[in-house]
Amino acid sequence: MKARVLVVDDDAALAEMLGIVLRGEGFEVAFVGDGSQAVAAFRRERPDVVLLDLMLPGLDGLEVCRQVRAESGVPIIMLTARSDTLDIVLGLESGADDYVVKPFKPKEIVARVRARLRQHDDVAPELLSIGPAVDPVTIDVQGHVVTRDGQQLALTPLEFDLLVALARKPRTVFTREVLLEQVWNYRHAADTRLVNVHVQRLRAKVERDPDTPQVVVTVRGVGYKAGSG
Amino acid sequence: MVARRVVRVPGRGAGRTFWADVGRRWRGSLQTRVVGTTLVASTLVVGLLATLLIGQVGKGLLDTKTQTSLSEAQSGALQVQSRLAAIPDLSVPQAVDDVLKSSFRELDTRGAVGGLYTVLEIPSAPDKAARVSETASPDDLPQRLADKLRPNGGALYTYGPVPDGLGGRVDGLIVGSVITTPNFDSYDLVHLFPLTAEEQTLSLVRRTSLIAGVMLVGLLALIALLVVRQVVAPVRRAAATAALLAQGRLTERLTVRGTDELAQLGASFNTMAQALQEQIRQLEDLSRVQRRFVSDVSHELRTPLTTVRMAADLLYDARDDFPPDTRRSAELLQNELNRFEGLLTDLLEISRFDAGATSLEAEMQDVTALVRRTVEAATVLAEWRGSEVVVRAPDVPVVAEVDAVRVERVLRNLIVNALEHGEGRPVEIAVAGDERAVAVLVRDHGIGLKPGEAERVFTRFWRGDPSRARTTGGTGLGLAIALEDARLHRGRLEAWGRPGHGAAFRLTLPRRSGADLGEGAPLPLGPQLVADLSRADR
Repeated sequence: MKARVLVVDDDAALAEMLGIVLRGEGFEVAFVGDGSQAVAAFRRERPDVVLLDLMLPGLDGLEVCRQVRAESGVPIIMLTARSDTLDIVLGLESGADDYVVKPFKPKEIVARVRARLRQHDDVAPELLSIGPAVDPVTIDVQGHVVTRDGQQLALTPLEFDLLVALARKPRTVFTREVLLEQVWNYRHAADTRLVNVHVQRLRAKVERDPDTPQVVVTVRGVGYKAGSG
Repeated sequence: MVARRVVRVPGRGAGRTFWADVGRRWRGSLQTRVVGTTLVASTLVVGLLATLLIGQVGKGLLDTKTQTSLSEAQSGALQVQSRLAAIPDLSVPQAVDDVLKSSFRELDTRGAVGGLYTVLEIPSAPDKAARVSETASPDDLPQRLADKLRPNGGALYTYGPVPDGLGGRVDGLIVGSVITTPNFDSYDLVHLFPLTAEEQTLSLVRRTSLIAGVMLVGLLALIALLVVRQVVAPVRRAAATAALLAQGRLTERLTVRGTDELAQLGASFNTMAQALQEQIRQLEDLSRVQRRFVSDVSHELRTPLTTVRMAADLLYDARDDFPPDTRRSAELLQNELNRFEGLLTDLLEISRFDAGATSLEAEMQDVTALVRRTVEAATVLAEWRGSEVVVRAPDVPVVAEVDAVRVERVLRNLIVNALEHGEGRPVEIAVAGDERAVAVLVRDHGIGLKPGEAERVFTRFWRGDPSRARTTGGTGLGLAIALEDARLHRGRLEAWGRPGHGAAFRLTLPRRSGADLGEGAPLPLGPQLVADLSRADR
């Protein structure tokens, strides 16, 4: 089955070009050019990944991002013309999984989309546990289910990948660079803010008290590791 | 002719510094000058007035005393004379003597009251004894008065020391008269008036004048201080406010009270500050609008550029299916797009610097490692230009707190620049550090720089030789960005060059982020070869 990509961009030429490139790579592509129609289009098209321009007429890209994230964990990749810190952090905090700065190359955008669409079908049955032994968070990797106290926690695929990466090697401290490579598929150094923002979002969902994290622990000056004990 | 030199005497240092200090205060403060001048001038005037006053009072006292003393002495002499004239029987041998004796006693008694005077009665005949008051002596009659008395007769006076009635001598008035007895003997009757009371009065006047004078001078100085303060305080405030304005606090104003000249000064000052602030605001607005425009243009360009970029990539990837001309076009399109993209990135970077929207992400880094990494990334270009890149660095890491991304960008710019202008000759790179700074020197042996070009290489879009073809397609902003990166570190980026001898660029960065770099640098910038430098190092 072909993966579906929803391109939310008001620039018709760029959208069309993205369509050509993505179709050439074997994706199915749908378009929407107006922010106010983006959420409706998302519900109708049921895409596997969303490419979202932050500068949109109608409804602001950040708001679209928030609304889509509110009802789905589908991967969202921002397209931004600004590499300024604030814009990117705002976008990530609104729920985006990754971002690409214009102008990008066709290979770059395809690599980003593929990284977010990695299939988990071939995963062997695996049960992981992370966090304090008395109150652990359990992960059914094959079933893509995260639970604590029998309660299911709703994680986005990216948050799930991040949690699994940490849980698989509970004694290892992961630097942000290593996490970028394992979770985001970046081959060379990229923006470590991606990791910071997503760890915050993950903690908001899996921690009892996000201010004193016990599941995803910060190792000062190095990175993150799985909580235990 | 022998030149004369002023020889300074040692040991006068303290005095000199004191006077130098006074001189500095005198020149440095209007207040000191005005109060000082008032002090000196009023002291002179008050001193003069007091001298005049004391002189006048003294003269008046003396005149009055002389008048009363003269009449007192005259009446005494007349009294004796008339008593002598009234002797009924001159045949009694003792009669004259008795009269003289009794009248002397009378005079002596009268003079003793209140210490008014003492009396001498000195006969001209040497065989007779003189009569003198108890505390006086015949020597109290000065010879010069005695000499005049006898030929002239009448009352004469002079000034000299007289008995004060207590056994001492004080300044006084000496009045002499000649008494002639009926038997033709003559006596000098001398009244000695001490001026004790007058002296006391005069010294009282002197003391009072002195106290009054000092107080007057003090008060005048105080008044001068008050007056000058009224003027100086607003002037000082204006000076302080002007200094604040000069520091960039453009909203500073003076508080204006009243309508006097100082208030006018304050109002004019404020008007000036207002005008200044407006001018600067306008300039700032203008430059903000301009920077904003550059930034917006760059951003607006990005979306169409992305489309073009993707289209070009698609065409480029499919170029083998095209006829030769179309294929070459696709290649050119691709190459020029790369250049265009680089230019846009650099423009954005520059506009970010201009807008002050940059921040330093400084961490401890081994600068040598950064250099080696950058050199490695430039291997392809170096091979293509046929230049060998030699790095000479200390064996120990050269660690500094720097922003690795920015420093690598500076180094990349310098190395690419050196390779581009190196004419295929070796490019040498030296790394060094001292306590305060680290430095990287990039030296090429290419065409070099003409005099005056070393400063201009950092100008945006500046080209050394417009006729020279650009081969590697630099944007013309590389060195300008590198300079901004160095400045962001509070470091320096400098160039040296000579035609035919190549060029050298030196990046100097402080060891600690934000620390002051000072003047020196761990590496010299000039015609030295890097090989020689490191040899001298060892």
